[in-house]
Amino acid sequence: MALSDTLEHYVLLSSLIFTIGGVGFLVRRNVLVQLMSIELMLNSVNLLLVAFNRVHGATMGGQIFAFFIIAVAAAEVAVGLAIILSYYRLKSTVYTDEADLMRH
Amino acid sequence: MTAGDLLFGLCAVACLAGAITTISAQNPIRGAMGLLTTIFGIAGLFLILSAEFLTAIQLIVYAGAVVVLFVFVLMLLGADARAPARSGRSGASRIFGGGLFALISLFALISVGGGQRELTRFGTVGEAHGSVEAVGRELFTKGIFAFELASALLIVAVIGAIAVARSRQGAVRPKKVVRSPRDLFAGPVHPRDAGRPLSSEGAE
Repeated sequence: MALSDTLEHYVLLSSLIFTIGGVGFLVRRNVLVQLMSIELMLNSVNLLLVAFNRVHGATMGGQIFAFFIIAVAAAEVAVGLAIILSYYRLKSTVYTDEADLMRH
Repeated sequence: MTAGDLLFGLCAVACLAGAITTISAQNPIRGAMGLLTTIFGIAGLFLILSAEFLTAIQLIVYAGAVVVLFVFVLMLLGADARAPARSGRSGASRIFGGGLFALISLFALISVGGGQRELTRFGTVGEAHGSVEAVGRELFTKGIFAFELASALLIVAVIGAIAVARSRQGAVRPKKVVRSPRDLFAGPVHPRDAGRPLSSEGAE
């Protein structure tokens, strides 16, 4: 039995990381932790794309997709953290429970 | 048990432990360190999957930029980022939602892969698979339009982040913390009372 050259092991690991990230996004109230959970989910999808690209070794499409996902995730983190800072100036907290009014 | 299997096991354990730390740590700094552990584990898995270029990109962009940005913001917010929020809500609905999500995804995983006995083995790939040269050639021939769009996206995101996070120093307003919707309507009724607070809570 070889662990490292079987596609299913990567799929299993990637689904577990994605599930952990999804649960973290739903359960935690701290916006920063929620953003980190989104990063976990994006990373697990990257792992899946690269693993499938290893099966279809003739093309490089999966790795190119993962490259663009990393670029988009970097942009998302920059904008997300800016929004969190702006929200913190408004409410003096980073917990989502406090965001319960449509005006400030 | 080859060296690749050992590296796979190490990276998988690092990924899972880091992910669980990320979502369960009470102090978000520890969560950021868990995210860093996961990122290093996934970079190791990229190395096994012969994606050397993505390993480097993962370490540079995620470990070098994203996690550092998280830690910067956590330092900027200080103790407020981990202070327990004053909230009367119970966590039952959140726990229910998270548990339901976990159940559904695990059920999907079991139902798809449970009966499968034959595993998919990786074939052999060329020496250049995943190297900087191969990815760069692909990126600058087939993916050149998407590449330019990604650069436009990044510059727009940076400008947007500056515009959103910039503090407005010209317009300093008195800070009013709205604790409940009733506070919005509990102002003085007559101009005579304008200076006086209605309750002792608002008295400075």
